[in-house]
Amino acid sequence: MVLSVLLRAMAAMALAGGAIIPVCRRHSAGPWVYGTVLAACSIAFAAALAHLSSGAAPLTLTLPLGIPWLGAHFRLDALSAFFVAVVNLGGAAASLYAIGYGRHESEPLRTLPFYPGFLAAMNLVVLADDAFVFLFAWELMSLSSWALVMAHHRAEGTARAGYIYLVMAGFGTLCLLLAFGLLAGSEGAYTFDAMRHGALPESLQTLVLILVLLGAGSKAGIVPLHVWLPLAHPAAPSHVSALMSGVMTKVAVYGLIRIVFTLAGPPAWWWAVIVLIIGGATAVLGVLYALMQHDLKRLLAYHTVENIGIIYIGLGLALAFQTNHLSIGAALALTAALFHVLNHSLFKSLLFFGSGAVLRATGERDMEHLGGLIHRMPVTAATFLIGCAAISALPPLNGFVSEWLTFQAILISPDLPQWGLKFLVPAIGAALALSAALAAACFVKAFGITFLGRPRTPHAVAATEVDPCSRGAMAFLAVLCILAGVLPGLVVDALSGVVRELTAGSSLPAQSGLPWLSLVPLSTARSSYNGLILLVFLTFTSTLIAVSLRRLASHAVRRAPAWDCGAPDASPITQYSAGSFAQPIRRVFGGFAFRAKERVEMPEPGSMQPARLHVQLRDHIWDIIFAPIQKAIAFTTERLNTLQFLTIRSYLALVFGALILLLSGLALWQ
Amino acid sequence: MHGLAFDVAHLLSGSLVLISLMLLYQDRLYSLLNIFAFHAVFLAFAVAWQAFIQRAPHLYVTAAIALAFKGIVIPVALHRMVQRLGIHRQIETVVGIGPTMLFGIGLVALSIMVMLPVTEQADALTQEDLAFALSVVLLGLLMMVTRRNAVSQIVGFMSLENGLILAAAGAKGMPLVVEISIAFSVLIALIVIGIFLFRIRERFDTVDVHVLDRFRGEQP
Amino acid sequence: MIADWLVQGLQMGLVLIVAPLLTGLVRKIKARLLRRQGPSLLQPYRDLHRLLRKEVVLADNASWLFRIAPYVAFATIWVAAALVPTFATGLLFSWSADMIAIVALLGTARFFLALAGLDVGTSFGGIGSSREMMIASVAEPALLMAAFTLSLLAGTTQLSSIANFMLSQHVGLRISLGLVFVALLIAALAENARIPVDNPATHLELTMVHEAMVLEYSGRHLAMIEGAAFVKLLLYASLIACVFAPWGMAAAGDGPLAYLAGIAAYLVKLLLAAVVLAVFETSVAKMRVFRLPEFIGTALMLGLLATLLLFVTRSL
Repeated sequence: MVLSVLLRAMAAMALAGGAIIPVCRRHSAGPWVYGTVLAACSIAFAAALAHLSSGAAPLTLTLPLGIPWLGAHFRLDALSAFFVAVVNLGGAAASLYAIGYGRHESEPLRTLPFYPGFLAAMNLVVLADDAFVFLFAWELMSLSSWALVMAHHRAEGTARAGYIYLVMAGFGTLCLLLAFGLLAGSEGAYTFDAMRHGALPESLQTLVLILVLLGAGSKAGIVPLHVWLPLAHPAAPSHVSALMSGVMTKVAVYGLIRIVFTLAGPPAWWWAVIVLIIGGATAVLGVLYALMQHDLKRLLAYHTVENIGIIYIGLGLALAFQTNHLSIGAALALTAALFHVLNHSLFKSLLFFGSGAVLRATGERDMEHLGGLIHRMPVTAATFLIGCAAISALPPLNGFVSEWLTFQAILISPDLPQWGLKFLVPAIGAALALSAALAAACFVKAFGITFLGRPRTPHAVAATEVDPCSRGAMAFLAVLCILAGVLPGLVVDALSGVVRELTAGSSLPAQSGLPWLSLVPLSTARSSYNGLILLVFLTFTSTLIAVSLRRLASHAVRRAPAWDCGAPDASPITQYSAGSFAQPIRRVFGGFAFRAKERVEMPEPGSMQPARLHVQLRDHIWDIIFAPIQKAIAFTTERLNTLQFLTIRSYLALVFGALILLLSGLALWQ
Repeated sequence: MHGLAFDVAHLLSGSLVLISLMLLYQDRLYSLLNIFAFHAVFLAFAVAWQAFIQRAPHLYVTAAIALAFKGIVIPVALHRMVQRLGIHRQIETVVGIGPTMLFGIGLVALSIMVMLPVTEQADALTQEDLAFALSVVLLGLLMMVTRRNAVSQIVGFMSLENGLILAAAGAKGMPLVVEISIAFSVLIALIVIGIFLFRIRERFDTVDVHVLDRFRGEQP
Repeated sequence: MIADWLVQGLQMGLVLIVAPLLTGLVRKIKARLLRRQGPSLLQPYRDLHRLLRKEVVLADNASWLFRIAPYVAFATIWVAAALVPTFATGLLFSWSADMIAIVALLGTARFFLALAGLDVGTSFGGIGSSREMMIASVAEPALLMAAFTLSLLAGTTQLSSIANFMLSQHVGLRISLGLVFVALLIAALAENARIPVDNPATHLELTMVHEAMVLEYSGRHLAMIEGAAFVKLLLYASLIACVFAPWGMAAAGDGPLAYLAGIAAYLVKLLLAAVVLAVFETSVAKMRVFRLPEFIGTALMLGLLATLLLFVTRSL
């Protein structure tokens, strides 16, 4: 029942694109399409939530579609239900936002047909129960999102972003295809049900893990496969960027969880090592890259890379505990990872909406051209601030809860028997702590340079607040961020079904019955956290201070020019810019991570030339991995080019040679 | 008693590792030499404590040799040398201090990972001693690799040798003769290196071994 | 039940009342070490009183964020300080935030102050917040690594339980504890903007960090920020005392006499902390800004090393 409701919602969504656009006139199509998608997403979200909270048994459904002898299998278990909920929550928020935001699109017909398809495809990936439907939906997701990235195809850099995205997406799907091929085995058991019961030899299992990490990891944006992400995500219209960063990367995480935890069989302990190292490197490098960006949307996209790293750390810990049959640890780590999946989909969507609002109001994405928007866009500024605080893992908001849970999982790592893991896990803990602290710096920069200070350009001066729909979507997500941070017990309880499914029966103790709604993952003696009490406490103390100051202290306020040590400068260019804010951190970490070089051109005394500072950053990963591949491809194609200009005789010789080679190969093989 | 014996031994040998890391952190020759003296003093204490808990009086001699030679004679001699060479401000590192320290911590982790599983039959004290000793040796090597100045290379070498003595003291039963001969060979090594230092300086006007490479035509 | 609420309230009041005294004490001892007379011990109270009576001068383009930031910062730091065990363990709400959450709460305060530094759009505010975040980006992980080590040792992240563990016989001499102690000290110096990281007494040097960030504040807002700085110093002193000198603390449910003894012991610990801090500050020089990451990075590495060494001893 729930499953068919979901599938109908998907069909309605996909139809919305196809049916409404031809009927409506060009400019009225947008609200209708987005409204329909909003309704479909809300229904799907409610259905998934109902299934998740009821704790019902998995539902399955086979439709006579696709490959004739196989059919299309769908399955809704707790894991899919959770991800369906995440996808549709993000989808609903994005659609609400787009009702207002989409009106300002110059060419709405480049977005409208693909948007519902993109959402429906993501839902299908999560619901798929055989390799064919999974790969079909995965590819549909890639292609529709590619079409959405190319919506502003004339903008600078979009073409390159789209090209790199297409190549990486194709590569990822190829890897997944091979992985499913291995999982299906020689009998061709393409349903997930058959794969769950099949057993692979260990060498093939390893190969599957590597292929899945390459395939699903490249979609999620793990280092070193992240290169496409910061190009493609910002190039799309902002509501689509929010979906790509907040939701599509989660679908990629789902792919990894589905295959590694449920299909590939019992994991080996060193899988955890690989996943943990990837997670740690992704978290730290992602946030360092983000700190160096001046483009608001690109900063957010790079920051997605960091959060994927945090999720991978949680998953790696879960693998480590699971192979050693420490099921409570595995439950804790999985809860942390899945909680972070939800959190990141909330605040990253919120932040992309905010950046879209800024883009809409000023036409600028470059932070160096913004400033002072808090006066002109108060609602956007307030919601963006909540998003920034949440993503920087500050209590009492939601980002902190998932990081806290991850830390708690790290703290039970001494129970692991393998020495490699024993040493790796604390190091990963240090990486996580470092990335959390750097994230705070990154978002002080993002918020401070964009919204605070004085406007740096006329565009920023002329900004106005965005429409009510967009504001509503941002406020909705901001409220959710606060709620998930203050009442984490509810989320943890909702996740317990998923966790039980993945760890074969163990989950964290139920949180809802605890006094004061606090969060106690293992035992009270070990650790506990209560966001609600902190929030109440903070509200109480700040009110107390405010009230007592009102009674005791002077409440005179006088406006005056800024003091600035007595030497204020009227020009807004003298403010700290995004580049100068990041400079100390660039000096500390940049030499190590990017081979950062600074060069100052100081003019001669008396010369009227301006002094210039050149900063050079090198992306090691591009240099080491992608540039050589690019060179090799260019080299071979260059060589193979000569094959185009041969005589007929030599072509015949080539064919002949190939034939002889094959025949002799056959003879030898027999 | 056993708890205390273990705790103090752990504290002393752990401090030795810590001081080895502090050696990596220094950027002035004088403070480097002072810290190196500390290194030797802690080594002496660690060995003396081993002598006490193993009831092996000959280890007291080892401790005394370490204290006298490495804690006093060699640092003072190096101090004088540095003074006469007038190089007290130079330490040129090949890699930055931050990465070196990180790498050093990685080496400590590595040696613990290597040593603990192989020495599982031994008692806790020896196990830990050997792990720490290996990390001191590796850190000494790291120091020799990442410093260009000949004096700091000597210090690296000596701290490496301290690690060997720590291992030997923990492993119960190194004959005194071996220990004394090692001590003398180190002293002779010091003298030889000292003479070489002055020779290098006279010839090239610096003790940066980088210049030697250039002289041999290995680097432009 | 009522008694629990009262004790929790007592702690909140105590940290608020004692905090300026601690700062005054440090200043006095420093002055005496430099053979100056120094201001009276009560000078910080008088400063706060004076600031509270003055009007607020707001820069023309200061936003609402600039006006709420002092309250947010003060409230978070005060709440964090109320949750650290000072004279008694196991207070009513002490389980609502563990050591990790307390470190993160301080991060919240810093986040808002750094934003406020950027709000007016002056270069001093910018330089202050940018450097503050740089220092914090190394110091906060160092604190967290220290927290890791302590909780690996004690098997808990609750400060009350860590304090009880440190009092018990199971502790033993551990090199890791020494490393964590040094790491915590370095991180505390950095977070409280003390010498050698920052100079709390300057206003007009390009090397200043924290004071540059709050340069535009005046009147009651500045009083809030100064007060927050006092409470933060007290918080770190209490944190280090509760972990490394947990003697004399009352347990939950003890009688009023035990609480009084606990308060007396706490005040003695604070006096010691003030002496140590003052002596240390007068004996070192302030570092250049770009030497700082190495200095604070040492704390991070010590924390990491402490965790590593802990694994050795745990597994034996």
